[in-house]
Amino acid sequence: MFQLLIQNRLSFMKKIVRHYSSVIVIIAILFIWQWSSKLLSIPKWLLPAPTDILNEAVNGWNTYTHHLVSTTYLSIGGFVIGVSVGLLVAVILHLLPIVRQAVYPLLILSQNIPIIVLAPLLVIWFGFGVLPKLIIITLVCFFPIVVATLDGFRQTSPELLHYMQMAGATKGQLFRKLEFPHALPAIFSGVKIAATYSVMGAVISEWLGANKGIGVYMTLAQSSFRTDRVFVAIGFIMVLCLIFFAIILTLEKVLLKGRMHTNG
Amino acid sequence: MGELVATNITKSFDSKKILDRLFFTVKEGEFVTILGPSGSGKSTLFHLIGGMLQPDDGTFTLNQEEITGRRGAISYTPQSPSLLPWRTVLKNVVLGSEIKGEVDFNQAKHMLEKAGLSGYEDAYPHQLSGGMRQRVAFVRALLSPQDFICLDEPFSALDEFTRLEMQQWLLKIWEEHRKSILFVTHNIEEALYLSDRILILSKKPATIVEEYTLPFARPRDQDLFLTDEFLQWKREIYQALQGNLN
Repeated sequence: MFQLLIQNRLSFMKKIVRHYSSVIVIIAILFIWQWSSKLLSIPKWLLPAPTDILNEAVNGWNTYTHHLVSTTYLSIGGFVIGVSVGLLVAVILHLLPIVRQAVYPLLILSQNIPIIVLAPLLVIWFGFGVLPKLIIITLVCFFPIVVATLDGFRQTSPELLHYMQMAGATKGQLFRKLEFPHALPAIFSGVKIAATYSVMGAVISEWLGANKGIGVYMTLAQSSFRTDRVFVAIGFIMVLCLIFFAIILTLEKVLLKGRMHTNG
Repeated sequence: MGELVATNITKSFDSKKILDRLFFTVKEGEFVTILGPSGSGKSTLFHLIGGMLQPDDGTFTLNQEEITGRRGAISYTPQSPSLLPWRTVLKNVVLGSEIKGEVDFNQAKHMLEKAGLSGYEDAYPHQLSGGMRQRVAFVRALLSPQDFICLDEPFSALDEFTRLEMQQWLLKIWEEHRKSILFVTHNIEEALYLSDRILILSKKPATIVEEYTLPFARPRDQDLFLTDEFLQWKREIYQALQGNLN
């Protein structure tokens, strides 16, 4: 009886470890960080302890909420535009193979230009408004979408394609009834990447000239050695990314309900 | 209406002749099987009928209308059931009619019920067994607006027991609807059990070397397999195939 109890306990512990292993690792890191910064008495401007950061996050709420709101809006706006442009470009390239051949290498080249170099140029051309920021986010977001979507289209099952063609499906029907639904899982993996990129893109675009946003808050904190605030900013960037990611995961679950990857 | 006439069908790939002057007819409501060794160009023949390929020579007509190189004139079920994995069974069986225009969900439900698939309307293909998926694919072919059905070795991936069960099921459903069927297989018993006529295809370049009209009455059941007449036919066709291959 007693042994059974212990066994149950053990298997319960195992389950916890398996399901929450990443949470346990994060907590462990935070503990080590906390202790070592106290024990080694690291100065606060060099590396603040997790409790200091939490303290600033709670007490400084009023100093940064407007930054947070601004970045959230900017990311969502850029993300929506980026995904739309990405999907549009992918569909055009898929339906017009000649254009794809001509443009695809250019697309890859466009990703080799560091955003940090491109951003000041965009500021010169379009000023300090919202437009250059949206362009930057769109540029980071649309590429993973295009690549993932094109791959999804290309991996359409040849058997299903064959069936549809024999059944007399037109090019439009092939796209709507087969290729697009077939590519949806691939599109979603692109969208997930784009969602996390969009927050990064927003912050980078804010570094280069803005009056509000997490990027601005971060630059200000950095130049005044408020390292705790830099960490607060990092924390919120992570949280924002996670929330975006979770929303898209939920959407994916709803849209791809009942689907499994079998071609039979 | 569903009468297919193939006249002088010839097809080569890279100067290698695959099909050599094929002539055959499938009459209205007839079940015709093409029996031949693997790799004898049976699939090529289906691609030609379905308009995926153009014959080098010859024509196909369906109900006296030329359909050579035209897609969507016949209904085709490939070796794998080819169901769309994101569609439910009900949405899958209407695909053929959806491509051609109108969808009748009530008729589809009725047909699924008769095919022994009631209760599975909202299931997804991955939830079904291999035999069930083949049934769904065949119901889709019956519901398609075309009068002529081509079946490309539909039971070759199934185990022996499921295969027997499926053959019987196919006959039962088909005898009610009587759409013309052109069936391809390399299984002699299957051909004898199902068909009205058997056409024997030679090795490459393939041509029709023999044609047998089977006398077995319909409806047929599995007792047929053990009758002397059936076994005699089996021997004859086996010998005909052997003679061809050597």
